[in-house]
Amino acid sequence: MNWLSKMFSSSIGQKFIMSITGLFLISFLVVHCFLNALIFLNDGGRVFNMGAKFMSTNPVIRIVEIVLFAGLLLHIIRAFILMNLNNKSRPIKYAVTNGKANSKWYSRSMGLLGTLLLLFLIIHLRHFWVPTKIALFSGNEHNSFEELKEIFSNPIFVAIYELGVISLFYHLMHGFQSAFQTLGLNHSKYTPFIQTCGKLYSFIIPFIFALMPLAIFMGFIK
Amino acid sequence: MSKLDAKIPEGSIDQKWTKYKSSVALVNPANKRNLEIIIVGSGLAGASAAAALAELGYKVKVFYFQDSPRRAHSIAAQGGINAAKNYTNDGDSVHRLFYDTIKGGDYRAREGNVHRLAEVSNNIIDQCVAQGVPFAREYGGLLSNRSFGGTQVERTFYAAGQTGQQLLLGAYSAMQRQVGSGKIESFSRHEMLDIVMIDGKCRGIIARDLVTGKLERHFGHSVLLCTGGYGNVFFLSTNAMGSNATAVWKAHKKGAYFGNPCFTQIHPTCIPVSGDHQSKLTLMSESLRNDGRIWVPKLKEDAEAIRTGKKRAVQLSEEERDYYLERRYPAFGNLVPRDVASRAAKERCDAGYGVNKTGEAVYLDFTFNTKRYGRTEATKKGIHNPSEDEIVRLGKDVIKEKYGNLFDMYKQITGVDPYEEPMQIYPAVHYTMGGLWVDYNLMTTVPGLYALGEANFSDHGANRLGASALMQGLADGYFVIPYTIGAYLSKEIAVKAIPTDHEAFVEAEKNVQERIDKLLNIKGTKTVDHFHKKLGKIMWDKCGMGRNEKHLKEAIDEIRALRAEFWKDLRVTGTADDLNPELEKAGRVADFLELGELMCMDAVNRNESCGGHFREEYQTEEGEAKRDDDNFAYVATWEYKGGENNFELHKEELIYENIKIAQRSYK
Amino acid sequence: MSGNMNITLKVWRQKNSNAKGELAEYKVGDVSPDMSFLEMFDVLNERLVSENNEPIAFDHDCREGICGMCSMFINGRPHGPKEGITTCQLHMRSFKDGDTIVVEPWRAQAFPVIKDLIVDRTAFDRIIAAGGYISVNTGNAQDANNIAISKDNADEAFAAAACIGCGACVAACKNASAMLFVSAKVSQLALLPQGQPEKQTRVLSMVAQMDAEGFGACTNTGACEAECPKGISLKNIARMNREYLGAQLCSEKM
Repeated sequence: MNWLSKMFSSSIGQKFIMSITGLFLISFLVVHCFLNALIFLNDGGRVFNMGAKFMSTNPVIRIVEIVLFAGLLLHIIRAFILMNLNNKSRPIKYAVTNGKANSKWYSRSMGLLGTLLLLFLIIHLRHFWVPTKIALFSGNEHNSFEELKEIFSNPIFVAIYELGVISLFYHLMHGFQSAFQTLGLNHSKYTPFIQTCGKLYSFIIPFIFALMPLAIFMGFIK
Repeated sequence: MSKLDAKIPEGSIDQKWTKYKSSVALVNPANKRNLEIIIVGSGLAGASAAAALAELGYKVKVFYFQDSPRRAHSIAAQGGINAAKNYTNDGDSVHRLFYDTIKGGDYRAREGNVHRLAEVSNNIIDQCVAQGVPFAREYGGLLSNRSFGGTQVERTFYAAGQTGQQLLLGAYSAMQRQVGSGKIESFSRHEMLDIVMIDGKCRGIIARDLVTGKLERHFGHSVLLCTGGYGNVFFLSTNAMGSNATAVWKAHKKGAYFGNPCFTQIHPTCIPVSGDHQSKLTLMSESLRNDGRIWVPKLKEDAEAIRTGKKRAVQLSEEERDYYLERRYPAFGNLVPRDVASRAAKERCDAGYGVNKTGEAVYLDFTFNTKRYGRTEATKKGIHNPSEDEIVRLGKDVIKEKYGNLFDMYKQITGVDPYEEPMQIYPAVHYTMGGLWVDYNLMTTVPGLYALGEANFSDHGANRLGASALMQGLADGYFVIPYTIGAYLSKEIAVKAIPTDHEAFVEAEKNVQERIDKLLNIKGTKTVDHFHKKLGKIMWDKCGMGRNEKHLKEAIDEIRALRAEFWKDLRVTGTADDLNPELEKAGRVADFLELGELMCMDAVNRNESCGGHFREEYQTEEGEAKRDDDNFAYVATWEYKGGENNFELHKEELIYENIKIAQRSYK
Repeated sequence: MSGNMNITLKVWRQKNSNAKGELAEYKVGDVSPDMSFLEMFDVLNERLVSENNEPIAFDHDCREGICGMCSMFINGRPHGPKEGITTCQLHMRSFKDGDTIVVEPWRAQAFPVIKDLIVDRTAFDRIIAAGGYISVNTGNAQDANNIAISKDNADEAFAAAACIGCGACVAACKNASAMLFVSAKVSQLALLPQGQPEKQTRVLSMVAQMDAEGFGACTNTGACEAECPKGISLKNIARMNREYLGAQLCSEKM
């Protein structure tokens, strides 16, 4: 398996991991987003809680969840390793750089955006995932919808979530199309399509996420 | 006894090379591994020779002053490379390429060498394609050809306007492959500063590591100089800033004869000088002359008005313009060979018709053909009675497609948009046909020392045709030297590598060190560039496009005086044990100051006009070059006799058995 | 002849690879807008020599944008503010009277500074030596027209082969990655039928050498493509990724 370790330790192999795990997380976000969007049914959280229950108890989903966390960790760890490598490849920095002349700021700031997202994620998991798990293992009934309403009644948390979602937007703006480029998918015919999809995705998903805390905070969701 | 035995093989011209190849002595593979070859220069000739010889199994060391072998100035060649493939079915053949090259060189090149060049030209294209050189292709997938000056067939292979780059990268890749396999040792940022002679043979070099400043001794059973031409004697030329004559000049001073030093090619279409700060000149491809018409104002008053900015070119009507090439050479018009076009431009400017601030520029105007293309396009698109504006707009699109990158380059350099104003051009030094004298084996008069590519004198006579320099560099490196070096090395197999503590190495290194110290210790007041610019001006004014005895003799005196001043008043900052570009330049200019004088001496000696060498005393009534075949059908070969300005002339008679000598006419 | 611009230069001066460097300030007067950027340096250097100071060392050779030797990082961008050109093709008319211009060497672990603005780019040569070629010995090629290559592929290969090896891609990249350079050569040869036999080994060895030289990894910011004086496309990087992953997953070599 020498070749495998060689491949994954090479610069391209490492990027390959980032790309695959990134795309996997992107696909997860779709599920996450649309399940959460059930709150907009405004039925007092009935359907939403059904969905939440399904997601936390179904054995298949439980396995997928483990894979998801593995992917997430891989993405994060690789990102830090790569950031370190890339940092070392220019030990003496320029006195003056003019990055905006040749690239987008968010493309150059994936590490920063990712770190912000990681911080957000810790808060987010503490808010929603940890209580669900505690409830699951202690056998208690857990009302995710009520929890949602409670947390988003706090304006500070709403602000944090909105900031997290903005980070996500920019992270995706670069990440989506970049993942395809890393996989070698760059083609005159299809790349413009991929890029448009990327922009739509980067906007729509975070936008829906962004609506949730606001809608609850403003009292639209009962 | 004269040493000038060209060693041309016996037999008919088309059999010489074939027979030579099958009878030349060989070196067996086991012995090749013990034979060391030093190559100086990594351009087309050097890189291709390095690759080919390493593939054969020789131990090769390559030296180049740039940071990478890929920087050599072959990279800048634009137009293309000739070969007698006859893919276009237009009647080309090896003989025709041979004939065109001899004729283009104004009958001053050696038949045997040129025929061999034409023979191997086809192998070059095959080899380069196999290496992955992306030549231009037709839609059917086969190679595309275009035509070039001085020929009537389409035999030029090209890769957009970057043929030299692609060929050099091909040779560089082949060379790097051998570097990777350990058969070539590559020395970047190293400059050869002398050759080392042991028992009458060249046995190595002294090189300076330009980063540390350390002098190094390197042994080789033979040494190949592939160091290009000496156009930078003129300071301003299309050569790269670092192109220099130091290697060939050091070899010359150690006994290698110099052939035809005065033969310089001045290219007619370069961007004119814009001011004193100018450091080099940029070529605008010869292909532009296919669609551009060259003119100056008919009246001096108009020229004057344009020079002072009171008038613009576009304000002059057709009647007020003098299309002097079309007027003088109705048959070839704007497509006369380079030497003829350059002289005609100089003639007009000297007469006071030049069009830029310095008075040294003529117009290259695309208006006529823009409109012609515009009308064709309008017809194609079914536009009847198109307006003048429409025609111009459509025509510009065609011109843009054909020459867009060149027009952009022009605009970038001059700040003037050539789509709106005609281009200004003026001739500039481009190539040197002269170089170290070599025999059929490419060996100089120093045993074991070879010269390849532009560094030798052999193939282009008094004028080089377009797209032939690349051909010669690669022919010498890939297909000639691998055979001919066997003739010498087969007798050297018993020679063990000589340790570099041999007294000859010690002595040579000492001399080099002394010269470096001398340069650093003058501690005068003038910079290297000051002297280089002065030399360039003398050479350009008096040994440039038009030469005469009086001026040349003045030039010799002026150069001697300048050289004396150089050694008295030069200032080189920094030290010898460091990266020191000023010191590098100083050494090169010191050599130019000697070579420049020899060029003038050679030009004085050659009492005729031929090719790029135009002696004003020897011209026809219409102002055309007048050759003197009875007295000057020879290679002027100079031997250095020690001391200052002490050179002896030897003559290699040129015998034409296969081509009938005729006057060139383009009328 | 003189010009009408006054320029303040801040230039990186560093005695040698071991020394510590710093930005030094120079005023250059009488600058003509027709001067090239390097000619302005020539003028400054002439002055420095006449004042008995050491001139600024910088790499340059052909001065027509093809040799790839010039390498200045000007006001935060490789080869300065204009697109599609090298430093030697940059002219002073691209600046304004009174401008302050900061000039630094390429910065990368794999491109150590030798002196002032000169860096060591031999890493590129070693990458080519690792596999940037087609193994064909001189003399055993078939007739050139025995291989038909579609014009589109030939043109695309040429576009990749137009790389001049200047290193602006590395200099511009926030990760000092050399992927554009390496992928240009990988692409050129992968697009041509002659390059097929060594396709897999080529990309594997070139990428291995690139990593060994200490270049960073690509994060697809596109800065390299934007700053490349020859407009080498990001598509080449995608192609190299494809070639690399394909070679790793499919070749029989362990």
